[in-house]
Amino acid sequence: MRKTSSDSALLRIEGLRLHFKTMRGTVQAVDDVTFSLNRGRTLVVVGESGCGKSSLARGILRLLPRNVETYSGKIYLNGDELMCLTDERFRREVRWVRMSMVPQAAMNSLNPVVRVEDQVAEPLLVHKCVTTREEAYERAREAFRMVGVPLDFMTRYPFELSGGMRQRVALAMALVTDPELVVLDEPTSALDLLTQANIMNVLKQIKKDIGVTFILITHDIATSSELADDAAVMYAGQLVEFCDAGRFYLDPLHPYSRGLMGSVPTLWERKDLMFIPGQPPSLLDPPKGCRFAERCPDRFDKCEEEPPLTEVDVGHWVKCWLHR
Amino acid sequence: MQNEAMVSVEEQQNDVLLSVKDLRTWFELRRYGFVRVGHVRALDGVSFDLKPGEAVAVVGESGCGKSTLAKTILGLEPPTAGEVRFDGRNLGKPTRELLRWYRARVGYVQQDPYGALPPFMSVKRILEEPLIINGVKDRHERQRRIYEALTQLKLTPVEDFLNKYPHMLSGGQQQRVVIARAKILEPKLIVADEPVSMLDASVRVEILQLLRELQREYELAVIYITHDLSTVRYFSERIFVMYGGKIIEQAQMEDLLADPKHPYTEALLRAIPDPHPKNAETMREVPPGEPPSLLNPPLGCRFHPRCSKMIEGLCDQTEPPEVDLGDQHIVGCWLYTDQQS
Repeated sequence: MRKTSSDSALLRIEGLRLHFKTMRGTVQAVDDVTFSLNRGRTLVVVGESGCGKSSLARGILRLLPRNVETYSGKIYLNGDELMCLTDERFRREVRWVRMSMVPQAAMNSLNPVVRVEDQVAEPLLVHKCVTTREEAYERAREAFRMVGVPLDFMTRYPFELSGGMRQRVALAMALVTDPELVVLDEPTSALDLLTQANIMNVLKQIKKDIGVTFILITHDIATSSELADDAAVMYAGQLVEFCDAGRFYLDPLHPYSRGLMGSVPTLWERKDLMFIPGQPPSLLDPPKGCRFAERCPDRFDKCEEEPPLTEVDVGHWVKCWLHR
Repeated sequence: MQNEAMVSVEEQQNDVLLSVKDLRTWFELRRYGFVRVGHVRALDGVSFDLKPGEAVAVVGESGCGKSTLAKTILGLEPPTAGEVRFDGRNLGKPTRELLRWYRARVGYVQQDPYGALPPFMSVKRILEEPLIINGVKDRHERQRRIYEALTQLKLTPVEDFLNKYPHMLSGGQQQRVVIARAKILEPKLIVADEPVSMLDASVRVEILQLLRELQREYELAVIYITHDLSTVRYFSERIFVMYGGKIIEQAQMEDLLADPKHPYTEALLRAIPDPHPKNAETMREVPPGEPPSLLNPPLGCRFHPRCSKMIEGLCDQTEPPEVDLGDQHIVGCWLYTDQQS
């Protein structure tokens, strides 16, 4: 199944659009998103709520609600174009086999009446990754070990586990088929501080051990820095900045990214916090020009036109007229 | 002699707005609806004093009892034992009049602003109702106070907001209406239970700063309850750390950061990252295990099963005393009993 290609990009997305039909009009949840992610790296997608980051995850995995109006663009996984696959082929050959997902509030998405070992082994059996049940449970055991759940918890039901343990089980479910890409949607936001730090440690260890590629979707910028190699900032359905973690956390370029970083409270470093006045535009009828212009401290005449996403430095993309 | 003692007690009381003594709130746990099987000791022996105009933060993980503390102080949960005194009056078994008196002097800012605002009332009605209930009869006076409150919370121009309903506002604006409602009766104390945890990072700071400004301007006492330690510094000087239904450490924020005493506080501080690309290179030290069950809390210190500095035969047997280390730094840990100041 797996092909090796000379292109080091594992995931390449070109012009992805995902628009939803609603009673009040079309919601442009993801609008023309383009980026590429190399194998073994972790991409952090940050942005405020409603900026389209979860829709981006759903778009990548083609887990779409019924009211989709537009779903277009190109998604390449390891060089294979995925958009041309039928839904059935996508389900059978891609989803959970080559890429999987830990959904938001995953710990509450487990089936309450099925033992966790059965839930973790299920994807292997459904996708016929293994030939026997014994093999499936052996692989499930491996996955439990990887995420740090004691093996005697395997026969328990979800309600017998704590939030942190349930989150690990959801993670084991995503990892058990040995996918190339795992999308984590807010994996720690419902957890306590110490549990959160624990899960982050587990993710780091997995990344080091098996070199899986993660996309981490979160609004928690401080925690995201624990895992990030690359960072993507989304605003009002669009990608406004894409660069490596070093540049993003220390010196981002887009005025929105700067505002976002400036508003993160820090415990150790003393700084004056900023905030971004106003609120994001409605995705029903986003402004014609730059979508951030209305809240931007540096706007000028040119901002009435939409800026293109430009590569200002090697691997550093910014969608802003200030950086051309 | 006796008189003198009386006077000093009086004086002390004048200096303390809210006094909480050995407060316990237990929830009965029943099976089949009537067989009592035990108690969840959500709050188990909390004491502190709050001066007028003082801001404190209460931090802790979920299930440590911080919200129960808020609710007990507000009189929404009856305490099982202990007492809450506000302005010298005991709120133990409040009469209707006492509750009304108390609630006009205490504001509550809830966690979820959308859930806290009645969806069928306009902003104007939401803000007017407490004034009507508390006998502000003059319509112009009510109008004036509504305008004043909305202006302070930067919901301007006020006319644009008066006739809006909660669903027409953004999360940040909703939370500002909640704060406006909490302060419209000019209370002396505001209890804010996770006021910003439902909001986006870019708005959080704005709300905290507004709350802080109000606190300074009106000499409001504020209890800020949060799980997010990194926001505390931007809000208050004094901090209480809760674990397993108790306050295990209280200190000035700067002292706590520079020199945390309780092993739990230390672990908590170590687990919080500042955003920096270097974080990805190292693992974080995290104590093993999970917070204790409050149904059957461990004997002795409640943190001892996870503590790396546990003293056998002591920490797992006897509850640690509160050790006053001076400079308002109090810690409940056996490690410091010889440093009592």
